[in-house]
Amino acid sequence: MATFKDFRNKVKPNWCPGCGDFSVLAAMQRAFANQGLEPEDVVLVSGIGCSGRISGYMNAYGFHGIHGRALPIAQGLKLANRDLTVVAAGGDGDGFAIGMNHTIHAIRRNMDITYIVMDNQVYGLTKGQTSPRSEMGFKTKSTPKGSIETALAPLEMALTAGAGFVAQGFSSDLKQLTRLIEEGLRHKGFSLINVYSPCVTYNKINTYDWFKEHLVNLDQEEGYDPSNRMMAMQKLMETEGLVTGLIYQNKERSSYEELIPGFRETGLAKQDLGLEREKFDQLVAEFS
Amino acid sequence: MIKQLSWKVGGQQGEGIDSTGEIFSTALNRLGYYLYGYRHFSSRIKGGHSNTKIRISTRPIRAVSDDLDILVAFDQETIDLNAHELHADGVVLADSKFNPVLPEGIQARLFSIPFTRIAQDVGLAQMKNMVAVGASSALMGLPLEAFQSVIEGRFARKGEQVVEKNMQAIREGADRIRQKCGGPMEALLLEESDRKKRLYMIGNDAIALGAIAAGARLMAAYPITPSSEIMEYLIKRLPDFGGTVVQTEDEIAAISMVIGANFGGVRALTASAGPGLSLMTEAIGLSGMTETPAVIVDTQRGGPSTGLPTKQEQSDINAMIYGTHGEIPKIVIAPSTVEECFYDTIQAFNLADRYQCPVILLSDLALSLGKQTVEPLDYDRIQIDRGELVTDSEELKELENSELFKRYELTEEGISPRVLPGVKNGLHHVTGVEHDETGRPSELALNRKKMMEKRLRKLSQGIEFQDPVHIHAKHTQPDLLIVGINSTRGVIQEGMERLEKNGVKVNHLHIRQLLPFPTDQVKPLMEQAKKVVVVENNATGQLANLVKLHVGMGEKISHILKYDGNPFLPSEIYNQCKEMLVHGHV
Repeated sequence: MATFKDFRNKVKPNWCPGCGDFSVLAAMQRAFANQGLEPEDVVLVSGIGCSGRISGYMNAYGFHGIHGRALPIAQGLKLANRDLTVVAAGGDGDGFAIGMNHTIHAIRRNMDITYIVMDNQVYGLTKGQTSPRSEMGFKTKSTPKGSIETALAPLEMALTAGAGFVAQGFSSDLKQLTRLIEEGLRHKGFSLINVYSPCVTYNKINTYDWFKEHLVNLDQEEGYDPSNRMMAMQKLMETEGLVTGLIYQNKERSSYEELIPGFRETGLAKQDLGLEREKFDQLVAEFS
Repeated sequence: MIKQLSWKVGGQQGEGIDSTGEIFSTALNRLGYYLYGYRHFSSRIKGGHSNTKIRISTRPIRAVSDDLDILVAFDQETIDLNAHELHADGVVLADSKFNPVLPEGIQARLFSIPFTRIAQDVGLAQMKNMVAVGASSALMGLPLEAFQSVIEGRFARKGEQVVEKNMQAIREGADRIRQKCGGPMEALLLEESDRKKRLYMIGNDAIALGAIAAGARLMAAYPITPSSEIMEYLIKRLPDFGGTVVQTEDEIAAISMVIGANFGGVRALTASAGPGLSLMTEAIGLSGMTETPAVIVDTQRGGPSTGLPTKQEQSDINAMIYGTHGEIPKIVIAPSTVEECFYDTIQAFNLADRYQCPVILLSDLALSLGKQTVEPLDYDRIQIDRGELVTDSEELKELENSELFKRYELTEEGISPRVLPGVKNGLHHVTGVEHDETGRPSELALNRKKMMEKRLRKLSQGIEFQDPVHIHAKHTQPDLLIVGINSTRGVIQEGMERLEKNGVKVNHLHIRQLLPFPTDQVKPLMEQAKKVVVVENNATGQLANLVKLHVGMGEKISHILKYDGNPFLPSEIYNQCKEMLVHGHV
């Protein structure tokens, strides 16, 4: 059986020392191993940006696509072979700016994939511009006098879009993050895990210390019920999204694959492509 | 007795114009006639003039006709807009409800028949369409029994009574004509057909059927005219084969899903028109860079921007060849008949797997939506070639120390072995960033050069595509070579036949493979010809420019261009070619 070390490769990440993404990588590796997966069972599909490089640092199948399109690529892959464990990952720009359209519709569609967003509230790889997650007033190269747009609330948005699994982690809490990813992998349907993954170079406001001061850990909230959607929404509004833990899970909802008419248990890619003559004749007869 | 006839039905969109044409023509197809239909419609659901023109012939035809024999009109606008097409022996069958009149100067005969009232008497005003079908049939002396199976096929679900009432409406329409003129009109009597069984379908049907035959089991697409029929057909049929269609949020998602699915190992396609293809452009580059197969259908319509969404044009040629930044290997093929739509789609999947690159199947509105008689499709021509796909993990050497499978191994042909995710010892990385043989990012100059050359090498020696050109060349030294693409094949053929009757020696070349360009097949035909004329539905001569780029001989190339949204008529090809031969230009 594979251990988390089997998911490591020898590529040295080009992330800055102290980048929150290191923890996300480690948590994923642990979660895969804990779930009994082998490297060839997993495909990590990632977007573009610092965080998008993560698929190259994982010893598994990896697909590093184009900016904002990790989710449609991951969904096509899942439909091609539902036996695979498909995980999509990217940054807040990838998922909530250029790829927001796909994020909302992937949530609605509810395929059995796990989506991990490394949210640092800034554009890092392009060297410091505002992100849809940047707070109002946040100063960057593209907003020298401070951002004049409202920060997006991705988890509230996910709940209204009909998400069946919403969780949030923090790079400083590897143990909780690993557990959340494992729960996401086990969830039958689309799971969104947003991770506060601080950028130590371009975000001097939302730092590790800032998060430690502001984050509420739902694991320690007595009476919090993640099956209660209303409670989840209320908690997100109360805390302005500054929570960690499993926020909402609906275990009843069927995944997209389960609802496709005639969709078989065996992955499409493993099925016979042949068309029998009799079947062909039947198809053609419709046009006579 | 005549060899061919043209019939048109027109009225307000939403009035059942399509289904009238559909029922009339399906019966004629079953009687063994060759048909070619073209729908004139607008980008709205109800209202506005709409018509369907159907040409009926005892021999194969692939173009609309210049003139018209029978016009069925459900409103005066239909007469006003279309009567000029009628020749002197033509007939207008019009609903007496709107007191039809012929415009001044029109010689055709007008029969005013109470379509609506007869239908109401039978039971339902909507059956006026069937009354018109019956009246048309009586004029042409067609056996009414020919409609029985068509009506049953369409209405059997609604019960025997509905079938009978529709047949009754057809009979009463026919009776009315017999009362008026005693029987069929001599000028509208078609010669006997050969009574052979053939298919009747649109190009989009053939593309969708071809996809199933090729083993495609997934389609991702966003609805758009004139490609939606492909997804609609596959939504109905793919579940029988375990497959599915995803209607995506946009065309970027559609092509990205197709790339993800092909990476996963299933044959997948998307289909769209110009606006959708514009959105897909970046991802097509990803398919080329990551060497992931993808089949993309572009059913061209009037551009640019929203352009003319329901009208004919061939103006995506440049965009399909040159679209996407950077340089990738890409294949663009262009069927010119419905039969080719079927066989080319199968080939498109084989080419995509064989060369591990995007393949664009370029169609146009007239080919995708024009319903026509199709020769029986040959099951034995269905072949599946998955190229360098390694499915047996036993063939792979064990990977140690987190090393990766060389998915992008440098080979002589440039094509590398491909392993699907899920296979042990096949682990590799895929990225749109420049990468080394294992797929890991690399910016080293030497690696970049090698990998770029590897990708481009895959197509540099040509590709194994059957029939990269369609040639009809009787002459070794023709006065004229007419060159076309997609749906203009039939109209060029007819223009050519008329020119030949006038003593002009004409050859015809239809280009079926645009990228890589089949220079070796095109050049000799151009060398033989005194003059070359390129016929295309666009304003800037995109096909002609492509020919000039690859073959040269610009001094003898002229254009016949049409970009008003309508397909060419045979007379336009004939007249403009004659003009050019006399004056040296159009």
